[in-house]
Amino acid sequence: MSKFRKDGKKGMPAISTASLPDIVFMLLFFFMVTTVMRETTLFVSVTTPKATEIKKLKKKSLVSYIYIGSPVRRMQSSYGTAARIQLNDAFASVDEIQEFIATEREARDEKEIPYMTTSIKADETVKMGIITDVKQELRKANALKINYSTRKGTY
Amino acid sequence: MASKRRGLPEINAGSMADIAFLLLIFFLVTTTMDQDTGIARKLPPMPEEELQEEDPQIHAKNIYTVLINSHNQLLVEGELMDISQLKDGAKKFINNNGIDPNSSENPEKAIISLQNDRGTEYMTYIRVQNELAAAYTDLRNNASLNEFGERYADLNKTQMKEIRKMYPQKISEAEPKNIGGDE
Repeated sequence: MSKFRKDGKKGMPAISTASLPDIVFMLLFFFMVTTVMRETTLFVSVTTPKATEIKKLKKKSLVSYIYIGSPVRRMQSSYGTAARIQLNDAFASVDEIQEFIATEREARDEKEIPYMTTSIKADETVKMGIITDVKQELRKANALKINYSTRKGTY
Repeated sequence: MASKRRGLPEINAGSMADIAFLLLIFFLVTTTMDQDTGIARKLPPMPEEELQEEDPQIHAKNIYTVLINSHNQLLVEGELMDISQLKDGAKKFINNNGIDPNSSENPEKAIISLQNDRGTEYMTYIRVQNELAAAYTDLRNNASLNEFGERYADLNKTQMKEIRKMYPQKISEAEPKNIGGDE
């Protein structure tokens, strides 16, 4: 009892903040390691549709992305609002997809080619015509594993 | 002079935390934790031109036709259907097992044929794909609960294979036509 009273009279000792930088650094390293910087700048606005039967896309290094949507606002003056395809960092036409798949394959190990997936990130308002054209090109390029990128959720 | 004699003074590390915080907040803001998710599908290979394979004969009753027009309306087996009913309709068709003579003989023979218009919205297409996948997921879950007492996703590989054999997911996509409406 008396011990407590003594402490109380003296007031609370200041909590040492010397380890605070260590804690913050730990958090910092965690976020630095987990961060995935977006490697391509999107020229098309994409809001993927919602779905429930979704699977996670594994092995990101083996995934090539095809973006489809209408150009973002600052590009609309020069490219209009019609839906367009974006491969890497530029707008592309449907004919360029085969070439794109070929370059993606060259960059990978030969053993990994059968596991390569093409993720179609298309806006929910896009018409199926353009998607079908893309799918046909992918069939021609023999890139048969595809993934329709979706968000989790229901309508 | 006095400090020199005492050796180098300690560097004040008090602001270290502030710098670290600044960096931390930058990474917190730029981090995108979202994992890419989506509906996985496999495209059929291009048919080889010389090798004209004979079409295997499939009874019309084993095919569940789903058509989507450019106004995002569904025509299922010749009748207009709301998208919310598609899952139950597909489940009933797949699990018919010959009860209804005009529906599928058994789940292994059941094929879902999907055809959309070039003007169909992608959102509707994905919803239809999702509903059909959900129908199969439900059936597989039921079957695996009966067989192994576990959900399909929790089964091991051989068990999964067995269930997949019972309910093979056969969704065939025809090339799109301009089914209705011009756009």
